[in-house]
Amino acid sequence: MKLNLKIWRQKNSSSPGKMVDYKVDGIDKDMSFLEMIDVLNQQLIDGGEEPVAFDHDCREGICGMCSMYINGQPHGPWEKTTTCQLHMRAFNEGDTVYIEPWRAKSFPIIKDLVVDRTAFDRIQQAGGYISVNTGNAVDANSIPIEKELADQAMDAATCIGCGACVAACKNSSAMLFVSAKVSHLALLPQGQPERKDRVLNMMNKMDEEGFGACSNTEACEAACPKGISVFNIARVNREFISSSAFVKKKDS
Amino acid sequence: MRWLTSFLTSSAGRKVLMSLTGLFLCSFLIAHMSGNLSLLLSDGGQAFNEYAKFMTTFPLIKVLSIGTYVVIILHIVQGILLALKNRNSRPDKYVSKASGKGSTWASRNMALLGIIILVFLIIHLKSFWYQVKFGHIPTVNYGGGEIKDLYTIVVTAFKNPLYVGFYLVSLAALAFHLVHGFQSAFQSLGIRHTKYTPIIKFAGYAFAILVPLGFAIQPLYILMFK
Ligand code: HEM
Ligand code: FES
Repeated sequence: MKLNLKIWRQKNSSSPGKMVDYKVDGIDKDMSFLEMIDVLNQQLIDGGEEPVAFDHDCREGICGMCSMYINGQPHGPWEKTTTCQLHMRAFNEGDTVYIEPWRAKSFPIIKDLVVDRTAFDRIQQAGGYISVNTGNAVDANSIPIEKELADQAMDAATCIGCGACVAACKNSSAMLFVSAKVSHLALLPQGQPERKDRVLNMMNKMDEEGFGACSNTEACEAACPKGISVFNIARVNREFISSSAFVKKKDS
Repeated sequence: MRWLTSFLTSSAGRKVLMSLTGLFLCSFLIAHMSGNLSLLLSDGGQAFNEYAKFMTTFPLIKVLSIGTYVVIILHIVQGILLALKNRNSRPDKYVSKASGKGSTWASRNMALLGIIILVFLIIHLKSFWYQVKFGHIPTVNYGGGEIKDLYTIVVTAFKNPLYVGFYLVSLAALAFHLVHGFQSAFQSLGIRHTKYTPIIKFAGYAFAILVPLGFAIQPLYILMFK
């Protein structure tokens, strides 16, 4: 299969970038999207050109590194799929494919398709943890947890922090990510001691990092490779409102 | 009180403000629309003029109307500030057109719809509120003393097809603003559950269709039958 690619090329974070046209041939429909880029890069290297820089790690849909905005959609046209799991059978002979990096003030471009997503790490560090004592591992299932709650917590925990929610949102809002991380711990007994501080600190950090506010368009849910539900956003709003009003702090 | 200022300046707190002011404005719309229905009576405008007199002089209503001004200004200022902040969060736009998958057109264009409503509000207040307050308008006497004849002003305005057309466009913008806004307000407040969210969404659609329709009847009726 032949394809016309339009790919964002940018030397580094301080130089301007632009879309550059490439042609690739001999693409098999069973290749993954990243393998297609590998083919292009080999072609570029053979021609003495700089290959397209892109992030990837696991290539099995669990690390969240392979950020690419393909034809107006994060991770391309398939539902609940990362770029590495997107296959070329999603495209047809002669298609034009636009490939861009995530675009958000809080995700600065490092080079070509590679963006800096450490803003997510800093949000996570602001409260996305629980305190546990070291020592012997505790017995599994020693704390009874209602099945429904455990399911909801695990659903939230499937977030891989890829940033597709931010990339899809017209406001570059990180609410789906933050809501998944907050929900995951707020629903479980282990998350209770830090529950109120967690949501306040993570939400403050989110604002500090420059992400937009949530307009409830729900484009994030549709773009999420793990299908994280916007019900989590309602939950984080609830947690944030009640924690703002009721958290006990001497100085506030 | 520091918690309150930090809450109200946070992005989620500002959305709480948007949702509470927005829902208050929804209740205002119901009241305003019910009053307007008196325009449809064939009493030469007596009921409408007496209603207008009541609305501009009864003390409790005066307090409520000041409250409404404050709320709408809060909603407008906060809405515009949020829209600017949100635009700023993506200084470099995508080259390819966003698919918009999973989101409605209305939800992506709340600020645009809001600005259409704002333009409407300014013109609307200029033609009626300003006239009653500062303009020279005719008076009528139904036996209880001279009162201002707002009815005649309204009927004159609604006989102009251009004016009515502008009304209908603005009401359509309001309908779309509400189609997204009504249910979105509950989400911003954290009120969502598989049990009752379908009811909220249904109520939102009904509200978004019936209220603008209720406002559209009078200008259309006057334009066509008076
Ligand atoms: C009677 C008139 C109006 C009513 C009933 C109304 C109602 C609402 C409601 C219920 C929401 C949803 C709040 C939420 O998502 O939490 C909303 C959002 C919004 N309104 Fe209004 N509104 C009105 C007029 C306006 C005006 C004049 C503007 C002016 C610019 C405006 C701008 C906005 C914006 C920008 C949002 C979206 C905020 C966001 O989600 O980021 N609205 N409105
Ligand atoms: S490379 Fe790990 S999710 Fe795609």
